[in-house]
Amino acid sequence: MKIDSIKNGIVLDHITAGNSMKIYQNLGLDKVDCSVAIIKNVKSEKMGKKDIIKIDDQFEINLDAIGYVDPDVTVCIIEDGKITKKYKVELPKKLVNIAKCRNPRCITSVEQELDHIFVLTDKENQVYRCRYCESKLKR
Amino acid sequence: MKHLIDPMDLTVEEIDQLIELAGKIIENPDRYREVCKYKKLATLFFEPSTRTRLSFEAAMLDLGGNVLGFSSADSSSAAKGESVADTARVIAGYADIIAMRHPKEGAPFVASQYVDIPVINAGDGGHNHPTQTLTDLLTIKQEKGRLDHLTIGFCGDLKFGRTVHSLIKALSRYEGIQYILISPEELQIPEYLKKEVFEKKGIPYRQVEKMEDVMSELDIIYMTRVQRERFFNEADYIRLKDSYILDPDKLKNAKEDLAILHPLPRVNEISVKVDNDPRACYFKQAKYGKFIRMALIMTMLGVSADED
Repeated sequence: MKIDSIKNGIVLDHITAGNSMKIYQNLGLDKVDCSVAIIKNVKSEKMGKKDIIKIDDQFEINLDAIGYVDPDVTVCIIEDGKITKKYKVELPKKLVNIAKCRNPRCITSVEQELDHIFVLTDKENQVYRCRYCESKLKR
Repeated sequence: MKHLIDPMDLTVEEIDQLIELAGKIIENPDRYREVCKYKKLATLFFEPSTRTRLSFEAAMLDLGGNVLGFSSADSSSAAKGESVADTARVIAGYADIIAMRHPKEGAPFVASQYVDIPVINAGDGGHNHPTQTLTDLLTIKQEKGRLDHLTIGFCGDLKFGRTVHSLIKALSRYEGIQYILISPEELQIPEYLKKEVFEKKGIPYRQVEKMEDVMSELDIIYMTRVQRERFFNEADYIRLKDSYILDPDKLKNAKEDLAILHPLPRVNEISVKVDNDPRACYFKQAKYGKFIRMALIMTMLGVSADED
């Protein structure tokens, strides 16, 4: 299988195998016009196997949307065929409109215009709670 | 303290200051009769709650202030579909402080994000009810003289009772509290509380099914209502229901200075025969609720009596 290298775009590397589709959906990549390649189960020395996403365009991506799914991802910005920036995402302290609160008793269930906000309350166990009702975010 | 949304928003120092001020008000209410003159409290009650609303209103009136508001969503603009944020913004133009009750969890927090005046959560669904927690703490302080080194039994529905959860969390910051949790297996406190409060802080606790077994050890018993619909089957309800009704017989072995608390309303979980027992504190507790709300309103409005 041949995936063309990118001239100007973004590569999401070191995605834990199996997480690429969740990141694809969280970033709304199904709605972009440019080419997007999802490469699954790539052999990796460090990880055994990993997923990679290549996006053939440059735009601002929501790092929190990636970090929430997989805090080990590396983001590479490609310009003129070269990596010009490379950074690790982190587990975000706060999620805004990335996940929805499912608690039917939460105020966000009736007031549609409110942002859905989750706060990281337990970093070790990656627990997020709704800022309004404190319900645990179920992934 | 800008807003009061969650009882854990308050530091121990802030709670102690509120309790101290409430104690001063109890001793000499006349000194505080006019400290909130020309101030207005808006009670925005999107669901009925006679006790809490009247307690807030009585508190403001006893401070010389005025009250305005509504007591159900039907009589507010919410019936027309107005959002909590808009209602709060409009009312903030008319009042100096808001007390809000809402059936949806997090609604008072939403209000607090849109206004410059203080917002007090007067109960948001089954979530938080910080002024009840403060009331319970004031009651314990007034009746026992301290908030530490006490053995407290929580009895009844410990799974769904938000007052119990909040009080357990609030008391976990004081030293030497022994918790005895009295409930049927089906209504034990949630796992997250055991993990996040007791186990995380290394606080000892015991779970028992019958109050008679532990009554003699208790300094305080905090009663809650056990509802039939909370049980998985009728047989368990019938087997256990009488275990959670406090009557004079069950008080036989209790300490002479036991304090019996209940957030009210009571149905039948405390026999009326207990009402005249000097250890029954639940009606006093309701009264203390007004005093702690007076202290809270004063603190949030930044007013004080001359000598304070």
